[in-house]
Amino acid sequence: MVLSYQDINSQAATRWQGLTAGDRPWVRVGTALCGEAAGCDDVLDALASALERHGVEANVSRVGCLGLCFAEPLLDVQFPNGPRIFYGNVTPDSVEEIVATHLSQGKPLANLALGYLSNPESAPGSSNQDPPDGIPDLNLHPMRALENRIALRNAGNIDPGDIYQYLAVGGYQALHKALTTMTPEETVNEVATAGLRGRGGAAFPAATKWRFLSGSNAPVKYVLCNCEEGDPGAFNDKAIVESDPHTLVEGILLAGYATGASNGYIFIRHGHDGPITRARAAVQQAKELGILGNSIFGSDFDFELEVALTGDSYVAGEETALMEAIEGGRAMPRYRPPFPAQVGLFGKPTNINNVKTLSYVPEIISRGGEWFKGIGHEQSTGTVILCLTGDLNYTGMVEVPMGISLKDILYQAAGGIPNGKKLKLVQTGGPLGGVLDADNVDLLLDFEVFRNAGAILGSGGIIAADEDTCVVDLTRALIAFCQYESCGKCFPCRMGMSHLLEVLERICSLEGGGEDLDLMRNIGENMQAGSLCGHGQLGFNPVSSALRYFGQEFEAHIKDRTCPTGTCLSSRFSPTQTRR
Amino acid sequence: MDRLKQTISEAVHGQSQPTVTVLSSLLAVQDAIGYIPKEALEEVSAFNGKTVNDVWAVASFYPNFRFEPLCQHNVEVCWGTTCHLVGAMPIMGSVLAAAGLAEAGDTADKRLSVGFNTCLGACSQAPVISVDHRLVGRVSPEMAAQRVNGLLAQPQTRDAHGQ
Repeated sequence: MVLSYQDINSQAATRWQGLTAGDRPWVRVGTALCGEAAGCDDVLDALASALERHGVEANVSRVGCLGLCFAEPLLDVQFPNGPRIFYGNVTPDSVEEIVATHLSQGKPLANLALGYLSNPESAPGSSNQDPPDGIPDLNLHPMRALENRIALRNAGNIDPGDIYQYLAVGGYQALHKALTTMTPEETVNEVATAGLRGRGGAAFPAATKWRFLSGSNAPVKYVLCNCEEGDPGAFNDKAIVESDPHTLVEGILLAGYATGASNGYIFIRHGHDGPITRARAAVQQAKELGILGNSIFGSDFDFELEVALTGDSYVAGEETALMEAIEGGRAMPRYRPPFPAQVGLFGKPTNINNVKTLSYVPEIISRGGEWFKGIGHEQSTGTVILCLTGDLNYTGMVEVPMGISLKDILYQAAGGIPNGKKLKLVQTGGPLGGVLDADNVDLLLDFEVFRNAGAILGSGGIIAADEDTCVVDLTRALIAFCQYESCGKCFPCRMGMSHLLEVLERICSLEGGGEDLDLMRNIGENMQAGSLCGHGQLGFNPVSSALRYFGQEFEAHIKDRTCPTGTCLSSRFSPTQTRR
Repeated sequence: MDRLKQTISEAVHGQSQPTVTVLSSLLAVQDAIGYIPKEALEEVSAFNGKTVNDVWAVASFYPNFRFEPLCQHNVEVCWGTTCHLVGAMPIMGSVLAAAGLAEAGDTADKRLSVGFNTCLGACSQAPVISVDHRLVGRVSPEMAAQRVNGLLAQPQTRDAHGQ
């Protein structure tokens, strides 16, 4: 039997009360891909055995990514009504100490703690509001100080495998609000007022895209959520799905209601088991509570949602290739027109949005489009979710208002470049984006500002490289990726990428010729003009931006037969397998 | 029906999601037995009402499909942009040397397969490798070689045919 909205919420509140103000402490461990790579499995094992050995009863939740990936494995302890005390870079040894001292005796370990977050539910003025001795406020950590978390508001805070925790922190209220008090048109208008633009790379206004679909009266219409995320250096889509999948499910439902769609798919790459498991569980739980299915919250809105998988293919992230993959074929782009809004998945009208775009929608509906528009910079409203990786002191994921400078991100949030080295370049927007040199750090995070500088803000990957990096070698690696991932359907991309890689391999081997740079420009122009999809059209970006900012380094490889950083003198490997 | 065909049939017919396709069927087989043998192409073809040619077109497109039995262990070196910048090349060199391979592929005794992955998705922990499908971050060439040696020191459980 399907429970009423009120019953679901009161159950959620009771369970939440038990976790935060019950009779035992609550321990949360980061278990997203970043946590896994840092060793959270060992930490969870050590935690379970230490709790048993010390006879401590605690609730243990596996949460997602808080953003402070550099500090993974990350574990925090919250006593009933108290603050959360975070421990970073936890090892099985330090888990033993945390259990023996903090969990057994209630004494936080100031020497090990990374910071605390106060409990928003404690009564003002109560002793639980007092900061713990000698432990800093985690919100003052450089990586959190600039943040404004909207899409990531629950990431690292709730158990992504428990729909009741999402409900307890306000989940599905936006959907309820839309279904009970707003028409589909009003829902689209709210997103239009917000100025929300696509976060997958193209930055196209989401409401405009939705109106293409709502204009059709077809009985079956699809909303697709793209979590293919093949961009090396970007993991924010996977992190949202792993950390707070219900925000995404709610966003998809709102998009479905706004556009009059009947069915949805979340599209994830096979092999990313964490996000796949989380997404499937979230869909299942929402179905069980009647949040997916027929007559959602007693309205006349019906919606079905399914998780579909693709094989390894970067181009499967292109919207028409994605439809081919869901239909079970080779992930190759289609010719347009007809556009997906008329003839899309299984020949039906279809809308496609990125995970991040959809994850903003619940808060936009809850708090209003004007509120969202008030955050950000000019035509780039709201926040941007950045993955900060490479030669940086604090690597991880931050959600900051648009309009902040790249400099503040690199030198404040990410703590600057390690080992006293200088920043040489920043690679943004995935392998089809470009590189920027260190003189560009004053750029503001804004779609137009980045585009004018010859780079793409794209899906939010920001990879920093220090002075020891060889730009030619990096360009070779980017083009090797693009060549490997070219689907082969259209020849300008298929042959152009292979030809570019051949020339770059030659230059890296210090055997380049005087005409090679012009040759690459020629190939690049043809790819841009003749390719079927963005993969080929944008595929010359890594080379053109590298030539624009680091032309001298290419000249050194060709004319002086030398690699200034020495990188190209050591052995290299490339993926040996190309598509058959 | 032999055991292989039985397992393939169960994987293909046991798909619970509403949308079942050639690709989803192939992925189900890959999940069940780790590779796509000829028998699987035939089963997927019959199940989906497509020709074996149609099925092969899909199987050959996605590089995550294998067509030979799995090795006992599997190591993937992430070759995403971040990992490349912070040392994927020397790590690959060290993994290959420890495995006794000249390039990515399977060892002759089928104990270990070594491959590149275009991005394992844990860029904040770069450089990353995966060892039997669990991620290991912030690896050095030495640590990666140790992991490979550790795998090869385990008792061999399968013969050179993956059985």
